[in-house]
Amino acid sequence: MISTGFRTLVYKETLRFYKVATQTVAAPILTAMLYLLIFGHVLEGRVQVYPGVTYTAFLIPGLVMMSVLQNSFANSSSSLIQSKITGNLVFVLLTPLSHWEIFSAYVIAAMVRGIVVGAGVFIVTAWFANMSFVAPLWILVFALLGAAILGTMGLIAGIWAEKFDQLAAFQNFLIMPLTFLSGVFYSIHSLPPFWLTVSHLNPFFYMIDGFRHGFFGQSDVNPFISLGIVGAFLAVLSMLAIRLLSSGYRLRH
Amino acid sequence: MTAIQISNVEKRYKSLQALGGVSLTIEEGEFFGLLGPNGAGKTTLISIIAGLIRPDAGKVSIHGHDVTGDFRAARKKLGVVPQELVFDPFFTVRETLRLQSGYFGLPNNDKWIDEVMENLDLTGKADVNMRALSGGMKRRVLVAQALVHKPPVIVLDEPTAGVDVELRQTLWKFISRLNREGHTVVLTTHYLEEAQAMCKRVAMLKTGKVVALDTMSALIRRISGSSLILHLKNGALPEDLRHLVTHPEEAALGKYSLRINEVSEVEPILARVRESGAAIDEMQLQNADLEDIFLQIMDKGAL
Repeated sequence: MISTGFRTLVYKETLRFYKVATQTVAAPILTAMLYLLIFGHVLEGRVQVYPGVTYTAFLIPGLVMMSVLQNSFANSSSSLIQSKITGNLVFVLLTPLSHWEIFSAYVIAAMVRGIVVGAGVFIVTAWFANMSFVAPLWILVFALLGAAILGTMGLIAGIWAEKFDQLAAFQNFLIMPLTFLSGVFYSIHSLPPFWLTVSHLNPFFYMIDGFRHGFFGQSDVNPFISLGIVGAFLAVLSMLAIRLLSSGYRLRH
Repeated sequence: MTAIQISNVEKRYKSLQALGGVSLTIEEGEFFGLLGPNGAGKTTLISIIAGLIRPDAGKVSIHGHDVTGDFRAARKKLGVVPQELVFDPFFTVRETLRLQSGYFGLPNNDKWIDEVMENLDLTGKADVNMRALSGGMKRRVLVAQALVHKPPVIVLDEPTAGVDVELRQTLWKFISRLNREGHTVVLTTHYLEEAQAMCKRVAMLKTGKVVALDTMSALIRRISGSSLILHLKNGALPEDLRHLVTHPEEAALGKYSLRINEVSEVEPILARVRESGAAIDEMQLQNADLEDIFLQIMDKGAL
């Protein structure tokens, strides 16, 4: 049964970003649009990753997924760190919500923001190329899993960080490199062998590769393998997040 | 029935012993005061009751539910007004209260929310964003948030610190009403006259230990009795009465506060003063209050 407490927390976390949608939804859509205009303009006609797919068409799913990931992370992490620093997290900590409810409410709200921004990016960028949807279910599955993973990572980062600069470090030294080196802007098969191997260790690569497979029916890795890896990654992160919540780590001293 | 059971609770922050084995039993329907100087461990104890801090040892239960093992049931029974003036700047007063009510599983609670706002003089601010409220108004919202789920046990951590007289009166009227209706109230405050007026029973904490625990009336009776205050001219207090003086530093002004247990002790003292040749300029008989007791206990460490 879905409890009222859980629904309320999902609602609150969603309302929180909705109230500042210019900053939380419109701004990242504009950023993705700028990436498309610049990289698309520079690289269109010079790079072809898959036969019959233009660079712009290749880039769009990467940008959409990048937006999903970054915004899911931003939602849970910024909500938690702000509540911790201003002290109003106490309103959640005093409630009878279970660890599982707190975890899933933060992650679901993060997913909502990630998917809303991703859909927005797709809507404004899809005009620039002929997009195909070979396997829409893969698109949906990887978008949801990617959003859930980054929402969970945001939750973990928000619990761990005690200051804004610690959260910024987490974002700049972990999330950003993993995202940019996952094949958003290129196929990892164009990399030298060493970096190709390294890229295979990056779970973000499988999210983007599987997501892209849904559009073109082509990918660097079989989507079922990506699904297994991404699913396992989510399971491990979720267990870690729930463990942190139930131990009270940095929340209940 | 026991509202809050605290058994041998200990908490240490590195080298600082914040609580050194505190045990208290607070019965249902009590109006209980938790007093002590800054750093005595009051807020730590309240935070442990609320599940915000985990004790190193000992147990706390609310209406029989352990605050860590059975935290969901325990927290449903508890409303806590935190000491820090915290708020969520994204929401209005009404949104804040509806959300808090929802967390406790009460989605359609507007009738009670309206009543709480009415009683705390918040109705006019219902649709104002939290950011735009004055400190006193934010404090009212904090109290309202603690009450949205009609908790049988209400804990207020210095709810009147830095607030005006009007709010204090509004607040105490409402809290007294809830107490009369059967809610247990636990209060920490720096205003001792407030504790004296409201609390039936008090515990005094000093450096993490309970140094006094009794009903307010027994505490006042037991510890200091009353004071006979004499202003003398032409002479000083006879030597054999000096052991009764509670504030020797006032002697230079010709003022002597003497501790007495009963009114019948007044006459012999006056006779002895007259005998010594001193003249009484002014005389006052003062009942002990909580402040005297508090200072005495905090000076001595224990009863």
